[in-house]
Amino acid sequence: MRDFYGETLKTPMMLGTARFPSPSEMEAAFRESGASVATVSLRRERGAGQAFWNIVRSLGVHLLPNTAGCHSAREAITTAQMAREYFQTDWIKLEVIGNADTLQPDPFGLAEAAEVLCADGFKVFPYTTEDQVLAARLVDAGCRVLMPWGAPIGSGMGLNNIHGLRTLRAAFPDVAMVIDAGLGLPSHAAQAMELGYDAILLNTAVAEADDPAAMARAFAQAAQAGALAAASGPMGVRDMAVPSTPLIGKAWL
Amino acid sequence: MKIEVNGQQRDVAATNMGEALAELGLGEARVATALNGTFVSAAARNDTALSPGDRLEVLTAMQGG
Repeated sequence: MRDFYGETLKTPMMLGTARFPSPSEMEAAFRESGASVATVSLRRERGAGQAFWNIVRSLGVHLLPNTAGCHSAREAITTAQMAREYFQTDWIKLEVIGNADTLQPDPFGLAEAAEVLCADGFKVFPYTTEDQVLAARLVDAGCRVLMPWGAPIGSGMGLNNIHGLRTLRAAFPDVAMVIDAGLGLPSHAAQAMELGYDAILLNTAVAEADDPAAMARAFAQAAQAGALAAASGPMGVRDMAVPSTPLIGKAWL
Repeated sequence: MKIEVNGQQRDVAATNMGEALAELGLGEARVATALNGTFVSAAARNDTALSPGDRLEVLTAMQGG
């Protein structure tokens, strides 16, 4: 597996910590899936922060703080600086949202924030689209990981633009890439990995399942199957049928 | 002086951010802070003076996706 800013992940799965019915169900989902990374956020202090901090630390996984909800580069930069101090990591999942309905990234704010944060020593994981030109800007800024969306956050639609995601993967063969957002079913995770992506990041599909821990395990197994398939050299797609059973030696009946 | 803490108007006697956090009962809390939209590190709080109308954000860990 490709490394993520020098870290090799044990599994190709990153899992969010939001929307779980309870902390114990969240912990079970991490345990069952073997997820290597947990995304977390910063919000206004209302008294529950310390307890949550203790729980996420006990998961024993890499923490990836996000800048969720930020709609400008300035907001995202300040949030990243606060997260670096609080979570004691220079990893940041950079989100600069450009549309409240689709939660689509603002490409201009994203590139601006990535440039500032990379120059400031952050290891930036940008939540982006499959736009290749934007991806090039992010890589030029210093991003060594790209996280294109599969579909809008929380939609569960899967991979909306297979062609674009395949093209993006091919354009940056040396950059670690994660499909972030929009996955709804384990088959979507397998598909992402079959395309050659290095990991998946998901939250809602696991947290809102009737049995989050079992669904987390299903996603992990699907991601691993997809990764194995990608490494095994998938066959090419053909327009016409090709018989798999040899014609030679067939009886004349 | 009147300042805004996490979106709420507060009247504090504190003259710097470190004192303000202590006054709010968050002196020992694990939090991250920003003043008027700019990050202020824990080490810099006592040296960061407050002015009336300042907007102080005090953040902590939360679930995230």
